[in-house]
Amino acid sequence: MEAVHGHDHAHDHHHPTGITRWLTTTNHKDIGSMYLWFSFTMFITGGILALGIRAELFQPGLQLWKPEFFNQLTTMHGLMMVFGAIMPAFVGFANWQIPLMIGASDMAFARMNNFSFWLLPPAALLLASSFFVPGGATGAGWTLYAPLSVQQGMGMDLAIFAVHIMGASSIMGSINIIVTILNMRAPGMTLMKMPLFVWTWLITAYLLIAVMPVLAGAVTMLLTDRHFGTNFFNAAGGGDPVLYQHVFWFFGHPEVYIMILPAFGIVSQVIPTFARKPLFGYASMVYATASIAILSFIVWAHHMFVTGMPAAGQLFFMYATMLIAVPTGVKVFNWVATMWKGSMTFETPMLFSVGFLFVFTMGGFTGLVCAVAPIDIQIQDTYYVVAHFHYVLVAGSLFALFSGTYFWLPKWTGHMYDEKLGKLHFWLSMIFFNMTFFVMHFLGLAGMPRRIPDYSQQFADFNMIASIGAFGFGLTQLIFLAVIIKCIKGGPKAPAKPWEGADTLEWTLPSPAPYHTFETPPVVK
Amino acid sequence: MKKLSLIALATAMCLSGGIAAASRYGLQDPQTSIARDIYSLHTLILWICVVIFVAVFGAMFYSIFKHRKSVGHKAAHFHENTTVEVIWTVIPFVILLGMAYPATKTIIEMKDTSNPDLTIKATGYQWKWGYEYIKGEGSLTGVSDGVSFYSNLSTPQEQIHDPKVQKGENYLLEVDNELVVPVGKKVRILTTAADVIHAFWVPAFGVKQDAIPGFIRDTWFKVDQPGVYRGQCAELCGKEHGFMPIVVRAVSEEEFKDWASKQKPAAVAAAPAADATQVAAVAPAADATAAAAGPVDGKKTYEGLCAACHGAGIAGAPKVGDKAAWTARLAQGDATLAKHAIEGIRAMPAKGGNPALSDAEVKAAVEHMVGLSK
Repeated sequence: MEAVHGHDHAHDHHHPTGITRWLTTTNHKDIGSMYLWFSFTMFITGGILALGIRAELFQPGLQLWKPEFFNQLTTMHGLMMVFGAIMPAFVGFANWQIPLMIGASDMAFARMNNFSFWLLPPAALLLASSFFVPGGATGAGWTLYAPLSVQQGMGMDLAIFAVHIMGASSIMGSINIIVTILNMRAPGMTLMKMPLFVWTWLITAYLLIAVMPVLAGAVTMLLTDRHFGTNFFNAAGGGDPVLYQHVFWFFGHPEVYIMILPAFGIVSQVIPTFARKPLFGYASMVYATASIAILSFIVWAHHMFVTGMPAAGQLFFMYATMLIAVPTGVKVFNWVATMWKGSMTFETPMLFSVGFLFVFTMGGFTGLVCAVAPIDIQIQDTYYVVAHFHYVLVAGSLFALFSGTYFWLPKWTGHMYDEKLGKLHFWLSMIFFNMTFFVMHFLGLAGMPRRIPDYSQQFADFNMIASIGAFGFGLTQLIFLAVIIKCIKGGPKAPAKPWEGADTLEWTLPSPAPYHTFETPPVVK
Repeated sequence: MKKLSLIALATAMCLSGGIAAASRYGLQDPQTSIARDIYSLHTLILWICVVIFVAVFGAMFYSIFKHRKSVGHKAAHFHENTTVEVIWTVIPFVILLGMAYPATKTIIEMKDTSNPDLTIKATGYQWKWGYEYIKGEGSLTGVSDGVSFYSNLSTPQEQIHDPKVQKGENYLLEVDNELVVPVGKKVRILTTAADVIHAFWVPAFGVKQDAIPGFIRDTWFKVDQPGVYRGQCAELCGKEHGFMPIVVRAVSEEEFKDWASKQKPAAVAAAPAADATQVAAVAPAADATAAAAGPVDGKKTYEGLCAACHGAGIAGAPKVGDKAAWTARLAQGDATLAKHAIEGIRAMPAKGGNPALSDAEVKAAVEHMVGLSK
């Protein structure tokens, strides 16, 4: 390697050190690491807010917070987790892995890549600092529905600017990813030979480019309604509050898939590796991903069944939504078929992927329940919906992120992680996750609305269980942090290919992956 | 696998709860035909999901135990099978059709708000509900027309804030004035709001409808049994969102008539502003005069449309009841005022932005406003 990479090492010695290295870096690995650390920081911050929520809900009565602060907690928890934790984490994976998996030397637009990342910390600061402005952070819910969001204090404006900045970052990141994938694949790697993680990100990036501007439009209209006398969402001025919801969810539903498709990609790398068997139905996986992405544009109003749309509207959006179950089902069947007659081992990445499959599918089923409009009218805005989207976002996206982290940590750090701690992290996460969120199905069915700081007494026992589970889940994530730090600092040397069944390009590189890789593209047969 | 058994247990509890109609683990006891439809739809879909769940994860766990390296299983190398893939695409599609059919029937029923026996307007405020029994079609028209009142949370504050105080049985689900409806009668609820979006939700009725400021939406229910049914605002509406319950008391038709006749005189005399539809709620005093003196049509148009600006003096509109703002305008004469209202003037759009109004309706609204502002 020394001989081949002599030139790189010269580079290594010249790049700036200390903070300047990170501020000015155009290296996809550095930027990927920064994305991952950023998202972990936001994950912890958003998690602390969630614990604030669960602490208040531990028992009936108002003990800790004023109702308006409780609303700020739920709102900022949502915004931080969606825009700060989950999305940037996947972009971090894209930065690290896409060039390595397609045999490219770096991302296509290296300097823009740096800018995409460095937009995020100011956005996060805007969000976090909004707690300290007069009136506090916005308490309109992460969906920022008008006219409630028009009523809010200046914390709302900070949130709007933060969303603008994060949207710009996402759009640039997506352009970078698309151009990289379409132009920089190693010779011989046709589209249908790409690893599934790359495929899912390609499709996700298109979704992002399509819908982030729509969100920017929605919050800009909010901003002008708030300060410049427009009446987009004000009936008295000829506007319509429901317009906001249409525009928001036209972004919001594809956003749901933006947060889950790359997770599908990670799981589709991990399961075949540990089953020692190729992915079942590669082509149908690609088509299913594309179908889900396309369908995601025609289902947005299923978030709005109780706004009072006409029967024809309800029927259209119900049918379209139910259709999504078909490609999603295909994916689950394909994963199970990949495991079928394999030769499986259950290291931590595999545990998290199988856990993902099991628990995400439960979220899929409750999604189907929610898709049926009459039932949705009953459970919309209840804890059933809270349970549903945490099953797909935590047990779905987050578990897949954990799986991917354990899977690629040896490549990133050059060390093996602590398998025992990893497994402990998995089992505790799984138990506490279900303890927190499973009981929320009961709460929702029995009639507990979401976003309330206090509740009537029949909901007390399940809320107490959920709160205990939430604290357990939160503390468990410290194990994850410990595993990461331990793995970066040392541990058994990782071989180039620590997983027997791995077959993508990144495993042909030494561990840790050198600072510059694939300067001469590999040839894929 | 401990977790699995936990989940299985919990799922079983959920199901048995559903079967035993115990609202603890499942939907509340349905009290209307719609709620019953929703209940059985939910049960149907839950069972379908359980069957699929058991089949898919039965296969997965079988594979996890049998096809693992530690028991010496060698990996096969198949990676596609068109027949199988077509089958597991088509079968779910057919199952979905089976779910969509009853769901479609229920949606069409839910949306049929025609021929009600009684119409009630529910207005969401930050943070209480206002109810107004309005004149409409149906057998009970006339019995309760004009009855209107606010409905506030009646749980004492110390129960909320002081952990030492024992919480009541209906903690947070009790109000000062309950919404009273007759059993066995089709009640149409019109929803709207005065400030932000709220949602009128009574779980046992299978009714949830957003109340949107500036717009009217509707829903309906027909309650089977007399009783008290409790719900809550279901759309985040600000700090007291968790503290604006909905309590419906369903009584026999006789009792309803009796209740309505007792409410009526008091209601007209006190006439709270529960009937203000628009962004700006009208002051109760002005409303009392309106109920007594204003011509019905003009009042209706005013409250449904004009009050949005004239109720609070928005966008330079002269505020109703503000004599100073009206003096100069009154001097121009009623005909000019009506002309301006019909054609639009300055910030005001023609006919207040609703071209569907006839000239006569606009004039009546102007007269109503003038009457209140002289």
